[in-house]
Amino acid sequence: MELTGADILVRCLQDEGIDYIFGYPGGAALHIYDAIYKQDVVKHVLVRHEQGATHAADGYARATGKPGVVLVTSGPGVTNTVTGIATAYMDSIPMVVLSAQVPTSVIGDDAFQEVDAIGITRPCVKHNFLVKDVKDLAATIKKAFFIASTGRPGPVLVDVPKDITANLCEYNYPESVEMRSYAPVQKGHPKQIGRAAKLLMEARKPIIYSGGGIVMGKAEKELTELVHYLGYPCTNTLMGLGGFPAEDPQFIGMLGMHGTYEANMAMHDCDVMLAVGARFDDRITGDIAKFAPNARIIHIDIDPASIGKVVPVEVPLVGGAAPVLRDLLASLKSLGSKPDVGKTADWWKEINEWRSLKSFEFDRTRSDVIKPQFVVEKLYELTNGEAYVTSDVGQHQMWAAQHYKFSKPLRWINSGGLGTMGFGLPAAIGVKFAHPDADVACITGEASILMCIQELATCKQYDIPVNIINLNNRYLGMVRQWQEFFYERRYSQSYMNALPDFVKMAESYGHKGIQIHDPADVEGALKEAIDDKSSLYFLDFITDQAENVYPMIAGGKGHHEMVLKPEANAEMITKRELA
Amino acid sequence: MRRILSILLENESGALSRVSGLFSARGYNIESLTVAPTEDNTLSRMTIVTSGSEKVIEQITKQLNKLVDVVKLMDLTDGAHIERELLLVKAVAKDDRREEVKRLVDIFRGRIIDVTSDTYTVELTGNGEKIDAFIVALSVTEIVEVVRSGVSGIARGNRALKL
Ligand SMILES: Cc1ncc(C[n+]2csc(CCOP(=O)(O)OP(=O)(O)O)c2C)c(N)n1
Repeated sequence: MELTGADILVRCLQDEGIDYIFGYPGGAALHIYDAIYKQDVVKHVLVRHEQGATHAADGYARATGKPGVVLVTSGPGVTNTVTGIATAYMDSIPMVVLSAQVPTSVIGDDAFQEVDAIGITRPCVKHNFLVKDVKDLAATIKKAFFIASTGRPGPVLVDVPKDITANLCEYNYPESVEMRSYAPVQKGHPKQIGRAAKLLMEARKPIIYSGGGIVMGKAEKELTELVHYLGYPCTNTLMGLGGFPAEDPQFIGMLGMHGTYEANMAMHDCDVMLAVGARFDDRITGDIAKFAPNARIIHIDIDPASIGKVVPVEVPLVGGAAPVLRDLLASLKSLGSKPDVGKTADWWKEINEWRSLKSFEFDRTRSDVIKPQFVVEKLYELTNGEAYVTSDVGQHQMWAAQHYKFSKPLRWINSGGLGTMGFGLPAAIGVKFAHPDADVACITGEASILMCIQELATCKQYDIPVNIINLNNRYLGMVRQWQEFFYERRYSQSYMNALPDFVKMAESYGHKGIQIHDPADVEGALKEAIDDKSSLYFLDFITDQAENVYPMIAGGKGHHEMVLKPEANAEMITKRELA
Repeated sequence: MRRILSILLENESGALSRVSGLFSARGYNIESLTVAPTEDNTLSRMTIVTSGSEKVIEQITKQLNKLVDVVKLMDLTDGAHIERELLLVKAVAKDDRREEVKRLVDIFRGRIIDVTSDTYTVELTGNGEKIDAFIVALSVTEIVEVVRSGVSGIARGNRALKL
């Protein structure tokens, strides 16, 4: 029997095993929405802005590892998705965006709600397709999912003109895809694996540095096993948190601009670095000229273009994190003995000394004002470290990463690469659809949350009881921090004036809200929100306006030039210079 | 370092813009870019002349290979190869210059493919250097217009870029 393109599209999603899609209708998409109406296998979540749809799909993908799916109409529907697509692209998140397009007969005529979706999204998708014939539709959708979720994952957009969704065709969803131009490798090269094993055995000051590739590549078990076998220290990037258990004694914390002192110093001083599923982002490396001057680097990545892009690599290893780490461990074991513990004893001693500085510590003596770090710490305790935590972008994001200790992958959901304010709330919606019984918290700032605040309505419509932890410092805090440090406190446009009454606002959307001023009330408010499994709580924590994120590597500085705190730093730097 | 990259890519409408977009987005140089379908009409063959440090060239080839439409890529400059470019040039050929331009064309083994009473249109193929030299030599007269095709290239011997 012949089906319409719209029915075919929905059947494809069913056969792909998609349970939820996030979208917003409009003229060119109406056939598709009609096809969605006629079935209930694929459930459609109506967001309140297409950016929200992309972030929700993205959150779903980050919390499951499966592709998130978005459906939008042509023109403004597509342009509204661009930020979300770019967000997913920068963090290599699998996503399929289905965009409706004006009918093929008027493409190029500046038709109503026509926009060159392929052209606009090209620089921020892994690939995109314009479907020009209904006969190609099913195969194109199959390819889109295949490309989005294999190799280095990423967003794929399929642009479907309205007439294609009305045209008829036999439905046949391909079982598998073969593409002569796309065949990502999984297995690493055996010779390189052997070289990597040998180099790791020679190390005296080793470090294992892992990123989002461990999380999306589902390689946490393999990584943990390897790290334990070697007995070496492990650090995670912002994107890699949860890829290695944070409470493990071999974990030396997050690295990078606001990472731990011990992780950054160890990166700087190491002699052998094993990088897995990480891309040497500039927020990680600091000044490249000063980066890890003595390191011999092994780099495992599924994307060959990631290797050698930023730093020279001695042992490049292209492949999936899990299979390569498995083979690497086997290769190490075949060498006979484990690395000699004595060889790295001095190194660990040094690391533990750096660690003893407790670089994430904050002032716990203040009883008059809420310290933002304290809120995150309490959230961690009260959720037993099991919550899914989304965040927006700014100081609160860094405090969330520093003080919520992730021990499992796919729990920490934030926009690392693009740094998209507005990500947190819609992403939390996606997470909650993926894991309806889990605690989901969105740690945000009073500025970020306003960027996608409309999604509070989506939360109401679908009963999404996520908890919003608003660390309200009445500033674009991260901007203010940079202005304090580097612009002589000229706080240009970084003060958040005319804020809404967040409690009333939450209530007006049908949710619960509490404003908290007193540190003594933090725990109670969090408890109430966490214990109430059926309501969304907007917790508006009025926090210390002057708090800054420490430690910090300023722009143009190396890891070893990290600033701990205004006071503590002087002492540490002299200590190092003396040594 | 000047490099000539030969690429087989899917003969799809967006493919060319993916390649050119990659170069502009990442700030790579393009000296010339030529593209046309091959004997297999699902494939186009593209020749890109670019330049950059070894590290940049490595990134360019990796990023190109990463494009889903790129089927296969070869750096012609890695081995012996032939590069050719087509020049079409219209020059003033009047009075005593008429003979002189004709002589130059013969020396460079070009061909006059169109004439008017005061111009010649000349076709010349060769590598970039030869074409540059011819254009310089032509300055004995007034050049009306210059059309260069950009470089096409092929490997020497048995080395070939094919599926
Ligand atoms: C869409 C977007 N616009 C601008 C920025 C630049 N930016 C980064 S952090 C920040 C301030 C965020 O303020 P807030 O959400 O209150 O968080 P805080 O830093 O105070 O914790 C800004 C404006 C951004 N990351 N994203």
